[in-house]
Amino acid sequence: MSKFGGSNSKKDVPGISSGSLSDIVFMLLFFFMVTTQMRETENKVIVKMPEASEVTKLERKDLSSYINIGTPTRQYQGQYGTDARIQLNDSFKTTEDIRDFIAAERESLSEADRQFMTTVIRADEDVRMGIITDVKQELRRCSALKIMYMARKAEN
Amino acid sequence: MGKKKTPAINSSSTADIAFLLLCYFLMTTTMGSQTGLSRRLPPMPDPNQKVEDQKVNRRNIIVVKINSADRLLAGNEPMDISLLKDKVKEFFSNPMDDPNLPEKKMTDIEGYGQYPVSQGVISLQNDRGTSYHAYIAVQNELVKAVNELRDEFSNRNYGKPFSRLTEEQQEIVKKAIPQNISEAEPKDVSKR
Repeated sequence: MSKFGGSNSKKDVPGISSGSLSDIVFMLLFFFMVTTQMRETENKVIVKMPEASEVTKLERKDLSSYINIGTPTRQYQGQYGTDARIQLNDSFKTTEDIRDFIAAERESLSEADRQFMTTVIRADEDVRMGIITDVKQELRRCSALKIMYMARKAEN
Repeated sequence: MGKKKTPAINSSSTADIAFLLLCYFLMTTTMGSQTGLSRRLPPMPDPNQKVEDQKVNRRNIIVVKINSADRLLAGNEPMDISLLKDKVKEFFSNPMDDPNLPEKKMTDIEGYGQYPVSQGVISLQNDRGTSYHAYIAVQNELVKAVNELRDEFSNRNYGKPFSRLTEEQQEIVKKAIPQNISEAEPKDVSKR
């Protein structure tokens, strides 16, 4: 065969090395590990947050405790009904339990950080204000005065 | 010559392992931008303390009420939510020094000097039947009004919007235009 091959010479295409594929996936993995945070609790209530245009970012996520208010999810509706309920940590609670919850959350923070504790009210947009007023009154009684109404940023 | 070449370890499966890890993190974590409206609740009044009526001048208060049908009443007139922002802006800025709108008090702001700070307070009242959606919408309009006033102030004095000022300048603007929204004691609005 001559050097300047004939028309019938079929060359093997070299296989693409897949060794670097894992590096790419690892990079993706690290991206997600850095930008996301662990989900602490399972949502037992359905929360569709209301929209607002003037929202601000929550500054210190580690200093915030969450109060979820909404209708129980399908699997719990048989037990708890479809009325709006309060979820603290992992279970359904009533307004009386907020005091203990706030005390426990406060206890878990270092003394210097306690004054910056924020209570985030994560409520569904169809919830009536009655239950939220009760929660707010209870929070005032526990003197957890820094609160945040969670809302989505409106697109406009 | 007893040296054998060690065969290369097939590395194509490391990608699968990394994908598994990736999927695990995708499922268990939440993407993190949490946004909302920050508020400070008023402290609970001391029951031992005798009730002292906070003498706030009538002209300094605008009462915003939301009833159970999500209708809005601002300063004794029913109002559409789209008009609330301008009403609140007018209430706080009081450009004509109207005697029915809040008075201004010359206050010495550190780093700025004298500025007539409005003494107005918005009192937000709601019914137990008000929907949260309407409540947040009203809160949002109130914040928007204050933010726009702050933007106007910083444009006038520093030539750029509030968000691009330095931290000290932002503090000055916040003192000059305070966000006085009082979430009053819950009242039953439906009854007289």
